[in-house]
Amino acid sequence: MEKFQRGKGNGLTDLITSFWQTYNTLIYTIFVHGMLALSIYITLACGQLSLGNAAFMGIGAYTSALLTMKMNAPFGLSLIAGGMMPAAVALIIGIPTLRLSGVYLAMATLGFGEVVRVAFLNMSITGGSLGLNGVPLKTELWHLVLVIGIFIYFFIRLRDSRFGRILEAINEDEVVASVMGIKTTYFKVWAFTIGAFIAGVAGGLNAHFTFFISPREYGFEPAVDILTFAILGGTRTLWGPLAGSTVLTTLPELFRFLGPYRLAVNGLILLLVVLYLPNGIVSKETFKNIKKIFNGSGCLN
Amino acid sequence: MFLQQIANALALGSVYALFAIGFTLIFGVLEVITLAHGAVFMVGAFAGLIAVTRFNLGIIPAILTSMLASGLLGFIIDFVAVRPLRKKKYHHLAPMIATIGCATIITSISQGIFGAEAYRFPFDFVPTKSYEIGDIQLTLLQLVIIGISFSLMIMLILLLKRTKWGKAVRAVAENRRTAALLGIPVERVFQITSFTSSALGGAAGVLTGLNFNAIHTYMGGPILHRGIAVIILGGMGDIRGAMAGGLILGFSEIMSVAYISSDFRDAISFGLLFLILLIRPSGIFGKVPERKG
Repeated sequence: MEKFQRGKGNGLTDLITSFWQTYNTLIYTIFVHGMLALSIYITLACGQLSLGNAAFMGIGAYTSALLTMKMNAPFGLSLIAGGMMPAAVALIIGIPTLRLSGVYLAMATLGFGEVVRVAFLNMSITGGSLGLNGVPLKTELWHLVLVIGIFIYFFIRLRDSRFGRILEAINEDEVVASVMGIKTTYFKVWAFTIGAFIAGVAGGLNAHFTFFISPREYGFEPAVDILTFAILGGTRTLWGPLAGSTVLTTLPELFRFLGPYRLAVNGLILLLVVLYLPNGIVSKETFKNIKKIFNGSGCLN
Repeated sequence: MFLQQIANALALGSVYALFAIGFTLIFGVLEVITLAHGAVFMVGAFAGLIAVTRFNLGIIPAILTSMLASGLLGFIIDFVAVRPLRKKKYHHLAPMIATIGCATIITSISQGIFGAEAYRFPFDFVPTKSYEIGDIQLTLLQLVIIGISFSLMIMLILLLKRTKWGKAVRAVAENRRTAALLGIPVERVFQITSFTSSALGGAAGVLTGLNFNAIHTYMGGPILHRGIAVIILGGMGDIRGAMAGGLILGFSEIMSVAYISSDFRDAISFGLLFLILLIRPSGIFGKVPERKG
């Protein structure tokens, strides 16, 4: 009754409050998935396919969660540590693995991901298969907005920088790039490491609002999901992965009424996008199609 | 004890090999990593189960039914998701993503129909008889599994080596444009390959269901990881490699459970995989891919 009366005073605020209470986890997740999509975008930008980003996310999540839980570290510090730890791991494994390319790199990173997942399952500090329970809830919306803003700014600046151009050259043709004097493996390792850093920070932020983390969240399926975000959105610009992750995170929520079949709709949409927009949602064809639609209506008038 | 483990490893490894052989055949011929192969495996297992529980079929007819069902499913996946992408200029990962979409659809619909619980074959259906040879105890079930999977694999190899169809498949795997110029119906070869590979995946599903006597809608995931590990071990697109890789993975899993710890089963398998990729990325039998300038 009280609630109702209060609601009468300001309907809109109440609506927003109830919307926020229902969907805040979803909105947080959209931001985290956006960061993960960006983390794979930088490796895709130099033509490399990494399926290890879920594992890097896991390393970041466990590192930062353990720091805040066991050492009472400040949130910012534990987040940065959560990014640095996977970056260090990426540097170590990147040097030998990035000599591989194409499918082989994808499979090597997949194998690495499985090893990391099994390590989480069997170490005592990570809580084994039970995971870590009771991670303090520290993430707030502005943290997510700020962090993703920094990453987006970084990627915008990257595009026309020397490093960005080098990545593009490697993407276009690795052999030609190396003939032109670019140390391809060096720059690929950098891209891989930066991707791991971003994934780690995303993992840290994620751990501090889900309350609970377990090895299952960092296995094969999430790795494939992250790749799907980027491919669905398109990998030509940084907005593609962001759009892809937003769409794929929101869809299952919209189709909740379908019960167990809602993931089938997700799969169907994924299939349709790949078939009809093979370069992703954010691509030249999409803009061309939109233009065509508008021009078409123009003709009618 | 050791010989006993070898028998167990053979039963496990031969099913892995059977699964991976179809996986690797699709990769070799269509150049697509079909991540729907795990879902096809699961559907094959359920088709076999339904053939047994509803229609009271024996073990061999049940496997044939499941091969037919999963083969058709593989054909449909190829027709709906992979074929349209062959013509267009697309991102080279697009077909793989399309098969992820298919896998999600198939798994989610099966979960809607069958739920999350594990199903079993009828109690009297699974052979329980066992033979003792020296210290080794071989169950009839193990012998059936090893026998069926090896005969299916040998049949596939004979088909590929001895028949005109097999020659066409090998020609397409070598170079699809040249094969087309020589008058081989490339599109039909793709379809037949998808059907055959998926049928083998379905048979592996029934055999796995028999081996552990549990069939559930989540069984596609773990086998898919192992399939990937196997084809890397053996060299991608290589049939002998997939057989060897499957047996090696079966051995490494059984031996690490028997002599080290069951907790580290997956860590050892995938650690081994990771090492192989670093030392010899092309796998045991694979050729090193040429770098094109």
